[in-house]
Amino acid sequence: MRPLFVTGLSIASALGAGLERTFSALREGRSGLRQNDFEPFPHPTWIGRVEGLESAPLSGEFARFDCRNNRLAQLALAQDGFEQAVARARERHGAARIAVLLGTTTSGILETELAYRRGAEVESLLAARDYAATHGMFSLTEFVRRRLALEGPAATVSNACASSAKVFAQAQRLIEAGICDAAVVGGVDSLCLTTLYGFRSLELLSESPCRPCDERRDGISIGEAGGFALLEKAPRAERGAVALLGYGESSDGYHMSSPHPEGAGALLAMSDALARAGAEPQEVDYVNLHGTGTPANDRAEDAALHAVFGDSTPASSTKGWTGHTLGAAGIVEAAVSVLCLERGFRPGSLNTERVDPALRARVALESEQRPLERVLSNSFGFGGNNCSLLFGRAA
Amino acid sequence: MMKVHLHGVGVAGSGLEGWAACREVLAARAPWSGQALRVPAPAILPAAERRRCNAASRLALAAAEDALAGCEWPLAELATVFTSADGDGAVTHALCESFAAPEPDVSPTQFHNSVHNAPAGYWGIATKSKRPSTSIAADQDSFAAGLFEAAVQATLDRGPVLLVAFDLPLPHPLALMRPRSHDFAAALLLSGEPRGRPLASLALRLEPGAAPSALPAGLGALADNPAARALPLLSALAHGGTAEIRLGAVGARQLAVRCER
Repeated sequence: MRPLFVTGLSIASALGAGLERTFSALREGRSGLRQNDFEPFPHPTWIGRVEGLESAPLSGEFARFDCRNNRLAQLALAQDGFEQAVARARERHGAARIAVLLGTTTSGILETELAYRRGAEVESLLAARDYAATHGMFSLTEFVRRRLALEGPAATVSNACASSAKVFAQAQRLIEAGICDAAVVGGVDSLCLTTLYGFRSLELLSESPCRPCDERRDGISIGEAGGFALLEKAPRAERGAVALLGYGESSDGYHMSSPHPEGAGALLAMSDALARAGAEPQEVDYVNLHGTGTPANDRAEDAALHAVFGDSTPASSTKGWTGHTLGAAGIVEAAVSVLCLERGFRPGSLNTERVDPALRARVALESEQRPLERVLSNSFGFGGNNCSLLFGRAA
Repeated sequence: MMKVHLHGVGVAGSGLEGWAACREVLAARAPWSGQALRVPAPAILPAAERRRCNAASRLALAAAEDALAGCEWPLAELATVFTSADGDGAVTHALCESFAAPEPDVSPTQFHNSVHNAPAGYWGIATKSKRPSTSIAADQDSFAAGLFEAAVQATLDRGPVLLVAFDLPLPHPLALMRPRSHDFAAALLLSGEPRGRPLASLALRLEPGAAPSALPAGLGALADNPAARALPLLSALAHGGTAEIRLGAVGARQLAVRCER
């Protein structure tokens, strides 16, 4: 496929707001995880929480979109010159030629959950809410589209934890079909009770900071994050020449909440991303794993990884830094991949002490400063969705 | 402008049990009863999943199965696009209620059914399909956004794409925010290249302004169900000939479709 250049990029997660804070934390091996202090929750767990959202309401014409998820979107939009990059793209292409495709899994559900906790007040609290602008799945995309004054095709993609990776594939298709010249992609997911209690009910929540691929790994740490990328056909001087070179999407067709044990769908997604880019496995310098830290995910992903790459390509999960940001994991790890390519840095697996000897691929524990040409990023989700994105320097 | 071919149509909703019955109503040969549909658990699912599967998935899969009777492709070869404004409100409600209890006890099945792509997940299990699946939401315009995505995929990849649009009433008190009376789901099997004898061809384009086409006469009670925005297209199919319809916004523009049968 024709490469799509990343001409704008922004991020906000538990590592802080902006690419610089994100990269410093990665380089210094500083995790953003902390013991849960979000909402009263009777089980010990660690979370990746974004500071300051409680005191940053949306105002003016955007007040109707106010909810934790859109506050996080606003924070991410304001980082790294992203809005300015989009404004310039709008001048180049016209507002109608730029798509807005964003992933989320729980949107603004938190405020609805908290309303239910208020007993008899629930009816008046809910009746006063603008459902479409806050609770609804499209709330995020409509907020961002209006905030950026864009008029191109817009949709929320909600494929669980693969959501904000799949939007890259969707953007590539719209641009390839000649419908758009550029796309704003990304996603936002914020802390809420549904995911805390939900992952706990599946016994997938760790009591300690998550330890992807560790022999003692016992589940995920939930994080929240928002991030955006601007994708265009031609490189821009403002950013380097890092581009999306390939994508692969597949389904497991196996189980609602467990991955295919041999990683059959994951293998297809990785192979397809390489094929679309015309790249061989040995040309990939680093794989940013989905690497959630659950026993089943890391085992299945390892099986697929080993089948494609053998035991030579270094791979690691960065969820020990950010936590599993669910619907935002795709964009967070895409941003990490782009940063790694731009700055010649290959992260290890934070919190992982001893790699599970049953895993056969090469899981890197230590970070390393070295030039990278191609990085593959994996995102998998409930319902058996898999998406792999290949980033690199385009000729 | 994109052109795709339509190979199958499926419907499930209040007073509209299957495309054959829906066609009679749309052609004014039968009245719309508005009677709630009792959707059986999809026969296509393994028994364990049939027990676990939620109302939204049952409704969506009923429309999908209806569209695929006589499908010329193996089901596992279909890429899928599912689209819904609100997913499964009953599951959202059940989870929110449990958080309000002094000692919340959340069912793992409810949790995995709460993801917007639950119907897509069940579809994948039923067909053992490894093909990509995308789950879309675009509020009132979810049908237009889903059809647009399915058409882009069909045009670029040439292969068959199954589109399923569904929305259901939400229970109280969620209904205070979003009132809705009736279930409705529609499924369309599209391809970029014709195979056999397509039912119709659809030419899609985005154009400025203009409201979506009105719902067919007698079906106005479905207007608060975003999936029912498919009905003007289904009406054009029921009547035959050539029709121009607008199905809702995709971004700031309307999705206009020229349907030729």
